[in-house]
Amino acid sequence: MSAGHAGPAATLAARVRRLEGLLEQRGLVDAGELDRALEAFLARASPANGARLAARAWLDEGFRARLLADANAALPELGLSMRGGMQEQRLKVVQNTELQHNVIVCTLCSCYPLALLGPSPTWYKSPAYRSRVVRDPRAVLREFGFVLDPAVQINVWDASAESRYMVLPRRPAGTENLDEQALAALVTRNGLIGVAPV
Amino acid sequence: MTELFRPGDQVRASRADPPHHTRLPQYARGATGTIVEHQGCHPLPDRRARHLPAGPEPVYAVRFAARDLFGDGDHTVTLDLWESYLCPAPAEETR
Repeated sequence: MSAGHAGPAATLAARVRRLEGLLEQRGLVDAGELDRALEAFLARASPANGARLAARAWLDEGFRARLLADANAALPELGLSMRGGMQEQRLKVVQNTELQHNVIVCTLCSCYPLALLGPSPTWYKSPAYRSRVVRDPRAVLREFGFVLDPAVQINVWDASAESRYMVLPRRPAGTENLDEQALAALVTRNGLIGVAPV
Repeated sequence: MTELFRPGDQVRASRADPPHHTRLPQYARGATGTIVEHQGCHPLPDRRARHLPAGPEPVYAVRFAARDLFGDGDHTVTLDLWESYLCPAPAEETR
């Protein structure tokens, strides 16, 4: 767990700095190249990306089916990818329905689809959220102000290995006349994690 | 690589509490769940963390009922688990 930069995290940070220094010293990367790569990645990483995916999926049944079946193959249709890091990460999109609600967590650390949701909120990384949402998701959602119908089944997805998850929220009622851009504006980061209705 | 398990198979997570890094969360140890899907093959982190040779092995999404993990609750929890963490569930535990 990386609660602060002390102990193992500090050791790891020192190792990363040393490795970076060696790479620069041996001419394998330019000074500042890694910082520029990170900045460029973070500049593109935003929950607006996840929101665009949700809006398109609501409007286009074919896209929704492709997104749910193989999200990595569907992302390029909107100019997106999970290739921002060192290797492409598998993305799984899980769809909320009238009877099923999905919530994502990483109980072991803080795995999260950064490219589509932007940097993760502090609470997502907190031991309280990580330990409690698997144990009593309904109570945790209530604390977010989201009271779910007791008839709705909750499935929590713990990203404990190599896949990353994103929730496809339900399209809100009364939005039949909205276009894709207006629909995307309704989608929140918390909705894409599953702790808000949309 | 051949997968040992298919979607719908009942599996039990290892009860072991290893002294080294692992990505089998404690709350799922010893619990019986159902394979949802195969997610591809990746080296076992338990071996990689110890700088031991680790070839790719299947990783699965495995769904557990909350009552099987915690004794109560009406939700499910789906975890991503390496094949080494799993064995076929004994017949008496299969439902």
